[in-house]
Amino acid sequence: MTAGFSEFYYIKVPYQKTDAMEKYRLSVNGNMQEVSAPEDMPLLWVIRDLLSLKGTKFGCGQALCGACTVHVDGVATRSCSLPVSAVGDRKITTIEGLSANGDHPLQKAWQEHVVPQCGYCQTGQLMNAAALLNENPHPSETEIEEAMAGNLCRCGTYNRIKDAILTASKS
Amino acid sequence: MIPKLPFLSKKVPADKSKLFIPGRRDFLKLSSLIGGGFVLGVNFQCSGPKGETVTFAPNAYLSIDSENTVTIIAHRSEMGTGIRTTLPMIVADELGADWKAVKIQQAVGDEATYGDQNTDGSYSIRMFFEPMRRAGATARHMLVEAAAQEWNVEASGCDTREGMVVHQASGQTVPFGELVELLQQMPIPEAEKLTLRKLSDYKLVGKSVPIYDVKDITEGKALFGADVDLPGQQIAVILRSPVVGGKIRTYNEEKALQVPGVNKVVQISGNGVHPGLNKPLEGLAVIADHTWAAMKGREALEVDWELGENQDYQCATQMEAMIESTLKEGRLRREKGDVKQAFSSGGRIFENTYRAPYYAHATIEPPTALADYKEDGSIELWAPTQHPQWARDSVAEALEIDVSQVRVNVTLLGGGFGRKSKPDYVVEAALLSKAIQKPVRVQWTREDDIHHDFYHSHSAQRIKAGLDATGKLTAWNHHTVFPAIGGTSSADELHPSDGEMGLGCTDFPYEVPNIRIESHEAKAHTRVGWLRSVSNIHHAFAICSMLDEIAEEQGMDPVAYVLSLLGEDRKLAFSEEMKGAYPNYGEAIEEYPWDTARMKKVIQRVAQEAGWGSAEKDGKTLGFAAHKSFLTYVACIVEVAEDEAGNLIIPEVHYAVDCGIPVNTDRIRSQFEGGAQFATSLALSSAIQFENGRVIQNNFDGYQIIRMPQAPKKIFTHIIESTEKPTGVGEPPVPPFIPALCNALYKLKGKRIYELPVKEVFV
Repeated sequence: MTAGFSEFYYIKVPYQKTDAMEKYRLSVNGNMQEVSAPEDMPLLWVIRDLLSLKGTKFGCGQALCGACTVHVDGVATRSCSLPVSAVGDRKITTIEGLSANGDHPLQKAWQEHVVPQCGYCQTGQLMNAAALLNENPHPSETEIEEAMAGNLCRCGTYNRIKDAILTASKS
Repeated sequence: MIPKLPFLSKKVPADKSKLFIPGRRDFLKLSSLIGGGFVLGVNFQCSGPKGETVTFAPNAYLSIDSENTVTIIAHRSEMGTGIRTTLPMIVADELGADWKAVKIQQAVGDEATYGDQNTDGSYSIRMFFEPMRRAGATARHMLVEAAAQEWNVEASGCDTREGMVVHQASGQTVPFGELVELLQQMPIPEAEKLTLRKLSDYKLVGKSVPIYDVKDITEGKALFGADVDLPGQQIAVILRSPVVGGKIRTYNEEKALQVPGVNKVVQISGNGVHPGLNKPLEGLAVIADHTWAAMKGREALEVDWELGENQDYQCATQMEAMIESTLKEGRLRREKGDVKQAFSSGGRIFENTYRAPYYAHATIEPPTALADYKEDGSIELWAPTQHPQWARDSVAEALEIDVSQVRVNVTLLGGGFGRKSKPDYVVEAALLSKAIQKPVRVQWTREDDIHHDFYHSHSAQRIKAGLDATGKLTAWNHHTVFPAIGGTSSADELHPSDGEMGLGCTDFPYEVPNIRIESHEAKAHTRVGWLRSVSNIHHAFAICSMLDEIAEEQGMDPVAYVLSLLGEDRKLAFSEEMKGAYPNYGEAIEEYPWDTARMKKVIQRVAQEAGWGSAEKDGKTLGFAAHKSFLTYVACIVEVAEDEAGNLIIPEVHYAVDCGIPVNTDRIRSQFEGGAQFATSLALSSAIQFENGRVIQNNFDGYQIIRMPQAPKKIFTHIIESTEKPTGVGEPPVPPFIPALCNALYKLKGKRIYELPVKEVFV
């Protein structure tokens, strides 16, 4: 038997959409954006699905991997677990807004060390590292390890991430 | 259908000749299929009017236009190995292109045009090093010929460099683009007859070359599977059977349809208790305007499942049965001499049982695919797939349309490790798009990924080793048992295939006069697949742990012991001893023999680099293991210590590798760095468990992979200079790391490790 649809594809009840959408005005990368979304929609899906900013990634949906990290008023935040209704007037920065021309010292250090393998987690790593350096411009190796422990990399680029953060912290 | 897996089956000799490039006539025919922005060979053999960009493409892998743009096709999938950079780099180097200006374009899935695109089995470099050189050389020879004619000089006095042809005597140069119209009038030489550059002449091959996409990745511009949007698209999240083989009895979607943004609920039929490697599982898809609505809608579904026979499956019970089975006589897979007689000769006997768990791939990008079913019955897909050709074939099969009506675009992959070879998720998207006649993206959640993977099998092994009165190892009896990949598709596949046995078990290379290798039956109750280095993971764990223990018990140094067991420099073929085929990763054993001299060299190198034998310092201990896989020779030394809080730390890892000609040294190193970290997770923190047929882990809290504080601190990769045929490095770093770590932990804690993962050492 091959996989396929049964004839059992149908809509049983005529679907009445309830209008539970709210309007939110969000500051994203310095621009005010208005979106209609249910109040519990995580910021991640607002960013990806409603604002079409694709640099912020979905990894776990439970704030366990860090792939979705953005800045909320400069603080590294797992956007998969922050409902849009809780953002308020705080300023959101995504990887697209980290620097004007991709020239943040961390982005340059990431290129110098050729950090990425598959690359999927790296935007979250960069946003987390940028928040770290804002708070602690010259972290020790141990401080880097602790600060970056929430960001998983399945390919195993941890050492190059650490080296790149150290390089950027010296620039 | 089990796909043609070069590492699991013997390659048909005729396949080899198909690797290279379609002939010119084929190419003209095929180029019309390649749409989009890059129209290969559109002006082939007919000069456009002056001022129009003219493109010349001597083969499927590269084109040069009159604006001096060299475009190289990456036909294999980028999942983090760097292959999308390294294969085009070979073409560019042989061509003499200006690498900084080269554009790389990802190929669609199309075997007739590009040859094998199954990015798996660490064989991209092995299979395509030579064809890529020839692809570049074809254009180089033509460019040199054209320039020489223009200048009226000997072609032998000209060469290419940084996108120009250079006449060496006069220093005269001409950019490639200015020769394009001339090239179109010229016959294309036979690639097989061309002279290639000497290895020593390469400017990129053998060096450290950064990946092409590094800037896009750091800016968030690189496109992964879920980053492609189409107008009018819908997002689907699927509730799949919690137990493999489960069927939907009835369902109620009313509550799901009340979720704002949810539009439809669609059933997908599964393939039963033998789910297959390329088919969706039984499930119910919630289709919505955006991902969050689809996820919420799925939570609201009510489904009555007929779970089927696997609902009673307990992996712990099966493990005990597997261990029990190793005490009996199994199916003979390799035999040399007579182990029974050797065991009864009165010397010392060692006997150990090794266990390893199920592992999930847990690619950081969960599976996802976008499908656009069109009115004419054709379909276009975008997917992070390791095997676009199989995805294409599987979609055609599921939709009952011709393969020519399916176009598979390959995005970057957020990790692969074997998971994204299987195209079940691509087929899901295709079925749903056809059902609702709109573009549909299927998005797996992390829980979906952990619950419905194609797992690396759990395994039990028993090794009995016999020494004679002088302490010489004279008998080796290895029993291995694990649900086989074949069991995913067929009830009859109860033993590992010859291919799986050849991954580090039957290819036991050591000079032991009596060898008996046996396998036992185990049924697959879930989807079993292949994960980065496949059964080498558990085989190397058992064998290298056992050898370390024997050496230590005999008062011998483990490195010296393994070197002595490898014996004289020999090229092994195992031929008469194998009870079945020995696929040798798809290569002829005469071309790629098991060369003990190469293994000894990597062992000696790693011992020297890691300071093996010098007194161990500061409470740090070293462990060693060596294992060849995917035709690449690797030796590994892992250093472990405890920090003040009692946490295990891994201060240093040393690898020595002989992968033949090193092609891109930075990506070789990055694969070893990543391989060590991947293997650290397998050794210390990851395990999938089944209770009542269901996976009990859900997300990264239950299925743990290591984080930065647990990662080995320094990883050194010592690459052997070689002119042997190049082999891959994606998988070979993983197998020896685990036993090297376990052997080091033994020295640190005084307790041998027989079961993975080694959770108790982690505070």
